[in-house]
Amino acid sequence: MALAGNVSKGVDLSRWEIVIGLEIHVELLTDSKVFCGCATDFGGEPNTRVCPVCLGLPGSLPVLNAKALEYAVKTGLALGCEIAPFSKFDRKNYFYPDLPKAYQISQYDLPLCRHGHLDIEVNGEKRRIGITRVHLEEETGKSLHAGTSIVDSPYTLLDYNRAGIPLVEIVTEPDLRSPEEARIFLEELKRVVEFAGVSDVKMEEGSLRCDANISVRPRGETRLGTKTEVKNMNSFRAVQRALEYEAARQVAVLESGGRIEQETRHWDEAAGVTRGMRSKEQAHDYRYFPEPDLVPIVLTPEQIEKWRQELPELPAARRERLMREYGLPPYDAEILTTSRKLADFFEEAARQFPDPKMVSNWVMGELLRLLKAEGKELDQVNVTPARLVGLLQLIRAGTISGATAKEVFEEMFRTGQEAAAIVERRGLQQISDEETIRQLVQKAIAANPEAVESYRKGKEKAIGALVGQVMRETRGKANPQLVNRLLLEALGKPGQ
Amino acid sequence: MEKLSQEQVEHVARLARLALREEEKAIFAEQLGQILAYAAKIRELDLANVEPTAHVLGLTNVTRPDEVRPSLSQEEVLQNGPEVQDGYFRVPRIVEEG
Amino acid sequence: MQIHELTLVEATDMLERGELSAAEVINGLYDRIEAVEEKIKAFLEIDRERVLREAGTQVPVAIKDNICTRGWKTTCASRMLANFHPPYDATVVARLRRQGHAVLGKTNMDEFAMGSSTEYSAFYPTRNPWDTERVPGGSSGGSAAAVAAGEALVALGSDTGGSIRLPAAFCGVVGLKPTYGRVSRFGLVAYASSLDQIGPITRTVADCALALNWIAGHDPLDSTSLPEEAPDYRTFLRPDVKGLRVGLPREYFGEGLDSEVRDAVLAAVRQLEAGGAKVEEVSLPHTEYALAAYYLIAPAEASSNLARYDGVRYGLRAEGEDVVQLFSNTRSRGFGPEVKRRIMLGTYALSAGYYDAYYLNALRVRTLIRRDFDRVFEKVDVLACPTSPTVAFRLGEKTDDPMQMYLSDIYTVTVNLAGLPALSVPCALNSEGLPIGLQLIGPPLAEGRLLQVGYAYEEARGPFPRPRI
Repeated sequence: MALAGNVSKGVDLSRWEIVIGLEIHVELLTDSKVFCGCATDFGGEPNTRVCPVCLGLPGSLPVLNAKALEYAVKTGLALGCEIAPFSKFDRKNYFYPDLPKAYQISQYDLPLCRHGHLDIEVNGEKRRIGITRVHLEEETGKSLHAGTSIVDSPYTLLDYNRAGIPLVEIVTEPDLRSPEEARIFLEELKRVVEFAGVSDVKMEEGSLRCDANISVRPRGETRLGTKTEVKNMNSFRAVQRALEYEAARQVAVLESGGRIEQETRHWDEAAGVTRGMRSKEQAHDYRYFPEPDLVPIVLTPEQIEKWRQELPELPAARRERLMREYGLPPYDAEILTTSRKLADFFEEAARQFPDPKMVSNWVMGELLRLLKAEGKELDQVNVTPARLVGLLQLIRAGTISGATAKEVFEEMFRTGQEAAAIVERRGLQQISDEETIRQLVQKAIAANPEAVESYRKGKEKAIGALVGQVMRETRGKANPQLVNRLLLEALGKPGQ
Repeated sequence: MEKLSQEQVEHVARLARLALREEEKAIFAEQLGQILAYAAKIRELDLANVEPTAHVLGLTNVTRPDEVRPSLSQEEVLQNGPEVQDGYFRVPRIVEEG
Repeated sequence: MQIHELTLVEATDMLERGELSAAEVINGLYDRIEAVEEKIKAFLEIDRERVLREAGTQVPVAIKDNICTRGWKTTCASRMLANFHPPYDATVVARLRRQGHAVLGKTNMDEFAMGSSTEYSAFYPTRNPWDTERVPGGSSGGSAAAVAAGEALVALGSDTGGSIRLPAAFCGVVGLKPTYGRVSRFGLVAYASSLDQIGPITRTVADCALALNWIAGHDPLDSTSLPEEAPDYRTFLRPDVKGLRVGLPREYFGEGLDSEVRDAVLAAVRQLEAGGAKVEEVSLPHTEYALAAYYLIAPAEASSNLARYDGVRYGLRAEGEDVVQLFSNTRSRGFGPEVKRRIMLGTYALSAGYYDAYYLNALRVRTLIRRDFDRVFEKVDVLACPTSPTVAFRLGEKTDDPMQMYLSDIYTVTVNLAGLPALSVPCALNSEGLPIGLQLIGPPLAEGRLLQVGYAYEEARGPFPRPRI
């Protein structure tokens, strides 16, 4: 591993163009597997979501899950693809212990969807990335390795609970021009499939995975360089890092007069390097042929149109609309559309409250902060849009201060109680009674002659000590605007 | 084609995950050659404009509703397993091959 | 009265009238099995006690050992699956059990249904009850021999390129290969999925109609199962062929056909003619390419279907230092020579550089063969021809010459390639006392018509002799 670690340092990439194409696998969110009735839920004891079909027992036969077909087509529609009027399944033959039938039911020459695209924005520039194809196939089982990696494990354990979960494979054109662009593309793709309602795209549970083909060529060159395939990248961040490393490695090889070998390379996250597979490289020969156990899929324009109509608004359109309808800045629209649930949450709240920007601030601020701190998803907590609106109304009515509101929100986040109830029970209402505050102001003036003195000499900041005293007396509940006004009235203009 | 070459037989055997003995390789080289020579008969036909038939039925769009059905018990899943451990099937180490 | 001399229809009627119990039928058949099985070797697994425990109310059915049966091993006559216990019943078995039929036993076959003689069973060959020095045909040789020998009144077989009809012809019994998709394949261990079909083997055509009633119909577990409702096939059993148009395909009476077989089949056709059928010669011009296409398509599908036997989840497991070695060692030890030969052939036909020339072109030939039949069935109602070019051959005669063995299927594979139904009915004994089969072929879903013609022929022919064992 002579190249490991420092290869990317000292390589000048400016004379080179990077060319990247991605192959993404996304698990679809059906209740049952793609070719049998076993449940798709995550977890559970090993080999308990398994039947003769997904275990590949002799004699078993697949039957296509209608929902999986619908979701695969919807994925294609969400990516602007043409939907094939005639499509079929093929067998991809290869031996691997996690592949129960020693072939994967997939699609070869007639995929469900082709010729799509996805628009992204990279450093302020709009880029259109071509989608070559989207097809439906089945997931493999899971291997558990005894050692630290596949290669040095003395043995492997196999669990087929995941075998047969429906997958779409999304293949892009080699249109991506930097590792950063690849990451941004993946983030947008994740949003699109999540908005389309076809997957919950949890990378940590492996429901979205990505392999990349990458090559480099001197700027101005139109022919493609020899590519390598990079695998085993487990986060969007890892994709960018791995591709940055690999691009630099290829440039280093080429600049030192070497040749790029067409090969598969594994990303080693801990070491921060890609590693070629040591074994003899022999080209795969998957011996595809039409799956005789499944019949072709024929989709009418009416059916395709119906599914298109059912597609919810996708992230790009939603971002535009959030800006237009609620007057939000682009930054807010971007953050609020990181997931469909978040955008839905915002909109439901914004519809019930006259100040959308204030709603946006609270969603992006306190709500996301607490979700992140607790490591939770929006649907796992007790805050609802209506409850957030309840809180905002208390702020707007002057019942509680902003600072108090954060405290109330945190409790609401944990307990799911209404803001008003929390405020009531804990006695957090703001004191806005003029007479009460006037008395406290007088008391503060009397107790702080020095501060009064320096204020009168023109040191405006000195008033802070007086405000602080009033707030202390009321344990933060005094209406700060009112305290300020009454203090100013009592003291007159500074310097007088 | 009269006979398959040793390399062809070995390549196909590797694809099919069959460890053949030397004498099996020799016999297969001979027999597969004969059978393929017989099969080559179909090249006499002009097939350029003939659609292939993968399915004889003409059925399309056979699907099932997305409903969960009972799985086998773990015991039934593992009952035929040659080597099992802690609810898993067990195999020796995996070497990556291309 | 001897149970094993009853027809299926007779036994069924007696059970329904209460003149016989399922246990008596089982004991009668097991007595016969005990008497003759040593000579015939039709079964891989028998168990009188278990069958009596699960007796049901109807005639028990012998099941080819590539059809999954809960509680019985399903070995496909392979070392690979010598100890395989399926945790589920094939749809046909589940249907039989629901209707009160027990599994009588599991019958011998060529390993994974690849063969035409049952000599490729990994365990032992089955003998032909008419002459135990001869093969029963294959691959459903155990099922056909069991019925011919009176060890079963009905058996299920599977037919990928003739595996029901050929042994039926060699053993002098009736065998039906239904239209592709008429009988569920769920639970049938796949050999060549686009060609495989389960069907009954019985002693008479009427028995065959009854058994087909039990197993035919739509199955939501098989995507290639036909949605049409199956009729009551017994309603077709009328000895009437008046006006029926019978085609004699020229290509099935050419070179390589044994003259005694030819004469017997033509004599049978004349009997239909005497009954009022109109006979004419027809042509299926692409017949000569069928066997070539078959021996590309079937092995290609088989190479994929049999890839799952890798020693991980079930079946034989050979040792290996790593997974690749384990796979290769397991598969080399678990499969017999014919299975390896077809896996090699199919892998080659699908591999890069050869796919178009072999596999894809074979699928094109399949189209031509279908069109031949479509055209002919505009003119005639059924086709009549020999099931096999010869009578049963001697054990060992063809085992070393795969091409000679494959030629046994020359009159049967076309039907599988086109997905059509076909019935083999015994029509004569040759000069050596060996049975000859008449094959009747119909258009898709014409099982009823085939049974009607077969029944009419049987009535005209009179009772067929039984082998002396």
